[in-house]
Amino acid sequence: MIDKRLSMQEAIATYVQDGMSVAIEGFTAFICFAAGHEIIRQGRRNLTLIRMTPDLIYDQMVAAGVASRMVFSYLGNPGVGPLHCVRRAVEKGIPAPLAIEEYSHYGMVGRYAAGAARMPFFPLRSYVGSDMPAVNDRIRFVEDPYTGERIAVVPPLNPDVVIIHAQRADVQGNTQLWGLLGCQKEAAFAADKLIVVVEEIVDESVIRADPNRTLIPGLIVDAVVHEPYGAHPSYVQGYYDRDNDFYLEWDKLSRDEASTKAWLDEWVYSVKNRAEYVRKLGDERLARLRPGTAPASAVDYGAYA
Amino acid sequence: MSEQSYTPAEMMIIASARALAGVRTVFVGVGLPNIACNLARLTVAPDLELIYESGVYGAQPARLPLSIGDPTLVTGATSVISMADLFGLYLQRGLVDVALLGGAQIDRYGNLNTTVIGDYAAPKVRLPGSGGACEIAINAWRVYMIMRLSKRAFVEKLDFLTSPGHLRGGDARREAGMPGEGPQLVITDMAIFDFNNPEREMQLISLHPGVTLDAVRAEMGWEVRLADPIDETPPPTEQELHLVRVKLDPQGVYRS
Repeated sequence: MIDKRLSMQEAIATYVQDGMSVAIEGFTAFICFAAGHEIIRQGRRNLTLIRMTPDLIYDQMVAAGVASRMVFSYLGNPGVGPLHCVRRAVEKGIPAPLAIEEYSHYGMVGRYAAGAARMPFFPLRSYVGSDMPAVNDRIRFVEDPYTGERIAVVPPLNPDVVIIHAQRADVQGNTQLWGLLGCQKEAAFAADKLIVVVEEIVDESVIRADPNRTLIPGLIVDAVVHEPYGAHPSYVQGYYDRDNDFYLEWDKLSRDEASTKAWLDEWVYSVKNRAEYVRKLGDERLARLRPGTAPASAVDYGAYA
Repeated sequence: MSEQSYTPAEMMIIASARALAGVRTVFVGVGLPNIACNLARLTVAPDLELIYESGVYGAQPARLPLSIGDPTLVTGATSVISMADLFGLYLQRGLVDVALLGGAQIDRYGNLNTTVIGDYAAPKVRLPGSGGACEIAINAWRVYMIMRLSKRAFVEKLDFLTSPGHLRGGDARREAGMPGEGPQLVITDMAIFDFNNPEREMQLISLHPGVTLDAVRAEMGWEVRLADPIDETPPPTEQELHLVRVKLDPQGVYRS
């Protein structure tokens, strides 16, 4: 048995280097802010940041100057408004120009799926009539060899590093996740190197007792990081709620370069790690984010000795 | 009920809910569409199943979700699936009866822009982009738009076509090979439009109570086509208003 546990600091130092393509995935839920903050602290540069929904974490990373390119399908603060730092970079080149490559959601999902299965492209019913193919020549159309119909295709996406947050894993990286599944499975299998970050490390027997819930096998995992509250202000189903107040607060403070920088100084550069960030958040805030319980009834897999 | 006793946004929510009468599955966004769908479920469409692009089928949110990925959509849902399955097995499979979409710009054929204002390479305003809207607009059987009427949004020419409606009108959409029937209704805070003519051009079918034709024309970037006759939208009922105000949006986030 291989114990793949690393601290976040070690995992980022080992696997994320300047100039790499990095995908921190998770659709609204399970967004690993802890990993993004550690990448900022370690001063990475010229990263290609990949995410369906860049969300606040990439807004913060762009403001901190780690990225030169972004691949995405929805550029917003979900339910609130725009991403001000990304907009400053795209519209005005502040703090540095940011090249963009955009798809629709299904296009991004398809890119990960093709990357995951090591296939040359993914066909989908999208993009016809849209201007998107005109500004992104990786979105193309091919003839269906069976019917002759014209169908859109997108190429595989294989990020150098993928980072996935989940509820629990064993020390080998066998990872269980419930809630919004997003594109995490496809992104994980598409990765060259895969880091999983979890709220809890559990015994292998816990994983084996419920194998249908295992989204990612340890086989493809390079590092396991135990980081409670690592997804805040995003959320982990059943563990903590989305901190919607922060999403609203960020909308205000990120409109201004100086207040954005002040926030990064206070909450990223001046804290050593996620444990310190969590202490700084305080018990009261965390208590507010704790959901009630809604357990599923247990299923019986049966014993077949 | 007097015209002053409800807001234009409430009228828009309620008109949208009514348009979902008898619908089985609806692809829903956050905000106004979310309230409209939940109102429909409580009134004209008790069997309505809410589908969210975050991968939730049959959501029954216990609170007003701020985002499309709110955990309240997961707890108590019929099924939670990957986005690959959501787009492949639900949307492309043809299981979405109606999709609700909006955008920064719409043209007379119901094409939508959610990508950029100005030039793509040097944007005046960079907008969110497609999200799932492009494939939803292509594959859902019917598309309803919910948007506030304004000259900035209802434009003669889009700056960027993100999600196709009826393209250049007429049979253009079918000739392009799109499975869904495209835009059917545009529900705004002032009036309702459909596309029921051979050109598939947006036409005014109903004015909300107290709204004049001139007021609608003043908010549109082209000379709008008129149905004959033009109806008056029935005002909100006490029950509809009560549900919106007390049950669905008690804090008034989307009603003003």
